[in-house]
Amino acid sequence: MVRQPFFWIISAVIAIFAILPVLGNNVELRESLILAALYITLASNLNLMLGYAGYINFGSIVFFGLGGYICVWLVNAHAWPLAASLLAAAISVSLLALLFGLGILRLRGAFFALATIGINEAVQAFVENFGPWGGSSGIYLSQAVFQPLGGPAQALWVIYFMMVATMGFSLYLSYAIKTSKFGLGLLAIGQNEDAAAILGVPTPLYKALVYSASAFLPAIAGGLYFLKSAFIQPSDAFDLTLSTEVIVIIMLGGQGTITGVALGAYLYEELRGFLLTSETFSNFQLVVAGVLLLLIVQFFPGGLMGFIYRRLPWTQKVFE
Amino acid sequence: MLGILASIIDGLLVGLVYGLAAMGLTLIWGVMDVINLTHGAMIVAGMFALYWLTSALGLSAYAALPPVMIGGFCAGILLYWIALHRMIGRPPLMSLLSTFSVNLVLIGVGTALWGTALFNVEVSVPGLSLGRYTFPGPHILAAVLAAVIACLLYLFLHYTRLGKAIRAVANNREAAELVAIPTTRVLALSVGIGVALAGVSGVLIGTLFPFTLLSGDAYQLKAFIVTVLGGLGNPVGALIGGVALGLLEGVVAPFVPVSWTLVIEFTLFVVVLIAFPGGVFASRRGAL
Repeated sequence: MVRQPFFWIISAVIAIFAILPVLGNNVELRESLILAALYITLASNLNLMLGYAGYINFGSIVFFGLGGYICVWLVNAHAWPLAASLLAAAISVSLLALLFGLGILRLRGAFFALATIGINEAVQAFVENFGPWGGSSGIYLSQAVFQPLGGPAQALWVIYFMMVATMGFSLYLSYAIKTSKFGLGLLAIGQNEDAAAILGVPTPLYKALVYSASAFLPAIAGGLYFLKSAFIQPSDAFDLTLSTEVIVIIMLGGQGTITGVALGAYLYEELRGFLLTSETFSNFQLVVAGVLLLLIVQFFPGGLMGFIYRRLPWTQKVFE
Repeated sequence: MLGILASIIDGLLVGLVYGLAAMGLTLIWGVMDVINLTHGAMIVAGMFALYWLTSALGLSAYAALPPVMIGGFCAGILLYWIALHRMIGRPPLMSLLSTFSVNLVLIGVGTALWGTALFNVEVSVPGLSLGRYTFPGPHILAAVLAAVIACLLYLFLHYTRLGKAIRAVANNREAAELVAIPTTRVLALSVGIGVALAGVSGVLIGTLFPFTLLSGDAYQLKAFIVTVLGGLGNPVGALIGGVALGLLEGVVAPFVPVSWTLVIEFTLFVVVLIAFPGGVFASRRGAL
C-alpha cells in the first residue's frame, strides 16, 4: 500500500489540510476546512457501505449522533479526558453497529434501507426520552472541560487537528479496504450478492463487519463536532439532512471511488457555503441538493469520477 | 374494562386509515419493485389540499376526496416519468435514491414556501356514544371510507381488465409483455393509483389529526411498518397490517407516554423486518 502513488496523494491532502490554516493563523479557513473534513469523514465511511457493498444506509447519521452523545456525556457527567471519551464513544458505537448489523444485515437491498430509516427514528426517539442524556433539551458543556487543552481557543485548534486526523484515517481505511481481499469480497457483494455467496464470500459476516467499521470514525467525528459546539441535542445529533447530504456527496463524486467521494465532499461544502450565503437560495438548500441528486441518479450514475475515468482512462490507475 | 375496549375500537378505526395509507406504497412496490420514498410527501400533499379546499373554497372535508384523487393520479404519472421510468432494470439502490431526491425537492420547496406550522381542519360529524365513551364521528367516517376504497381497489385489481393487467405485470413483467400488455403504460398507471391512494389517505388523516408539512415522515414510516406487517406488495395484507398497527397503538396508548409509542413502533418495525422478511400476514410473495 505504501508503495502506491495513491497512498502519497492521500498523505499530501492530509498535510495540506493540516498546514494551510496554520499559516497566518487563519481561523475562517479552519472553520470551513473542519466542515469539509467532517463531510469527507462521513462520506468516506458511508461509501464503504454504499459504494463498495451496494447497501444504502439512510441513517448513517446515527453513528455520528450517538458518538457525539456518548462522548459529550462522558466528558460532562463523568469528567473523562477528551481522548479517552472519544475512543470509548467510537468503540461502543462500533460494537452497537456490529450488533445491529448482525440483525438487520440479513435483510437485502431495499429492506435494509427501510430498516436503517427505522433505526434512525428509533434511536432519536429513544434519546429524546432518555433522562441521563437530557431528553429533548440535550447536554451543555461548560468551558471548564477545555482547561486541560489550554483553554477554549487552543482547544478549537486541537479539535481541528483531530478532525483532520479522523479524515485521514477514513481515507486510509477506505484505501486499505479497497485493496484488500475483504474489499474484493465487498465489491463482489455489491455486484451480485448471490454469486458472491456461491463463490465463498461469507456475505453476512462481511456486511456486518463493514457496517461496524463504517461506524467507528463517524462516531469520533461526532464526538469532536459536538465537543466543538459544546452543546448537543437530538435534533442536531440525528439530523437527517446530514445523512442526506452525505448520500448526495457520494453520488456526486462517484460511488465506490475514494478520490471522487473526497472531491464530492469538498465541492458540496463549497456549494453549500455559497447557497447558505446567497439570498435566493438560502431557503432552498435541500431543494438544490435534491435536484442535484435526481440529475446524477438519472443521467450520470457514475458521478464525477465516472466522467473523468471515461475521458482520461489513465486516471483509473492513479486515483482509486 | 370498557376503557380498554374503547381504545381497541378507536385503534381499529385509525388502523383502517393507516392501512389505506400503506396501500399506495405497497401497490407501487408490488408492481414495479420500487419503494416510493415520496409517499410521505404525497400524504402531506393530500393534507394540504384538504386544508386549502376546505378553507379557501369552502368545500366540505369529504368533498375534497375526488379532486385529491384526480390530482394525486396526475402527480403519480408525472412522478413515474420524472423519477422512475429511467430506473427500470437498474439496481434498486438507484430507484430508492431517485424517489428520495424527489422527496427532498418536494419537502424543501414546501418548507421554504409555507414553513412548518401546525394546521388543523375542523370536521363536524356527530360521534357515536357507547356508555361513557363517545367515538368521534370523523374517526368512524374515515375508517368506513378507507374500508370502502380498499374494497374498490381489490375489486378493480381482480375484476377489471386493467386491474388484471396490473397484477400480471406485478407477477412477471416479461411474460406480461409477451402477451401484449403495454407494461410501460401499466407501470405509469399503477404509480398514479398508488400516489392517488397516498393523497386520499392524507385527506382522511387530515380530518383526524392536526398536521405539519413534516408529518409525512411519521406516516410514511407507519406505512412502512404496515407494509412490512402485511407483506410488501399486498394491498389486502396492508389493510390487515394497518389494523394491527392501529390496535397496537390503541392498546399501548393508555399505559405508555405518547413520546415512547414511536420507539415501540420502530423497534417493532425492525424486529418484524428481521423475523418475517416476507411479512407477517403474507402467505406468499406477490399476492397482489
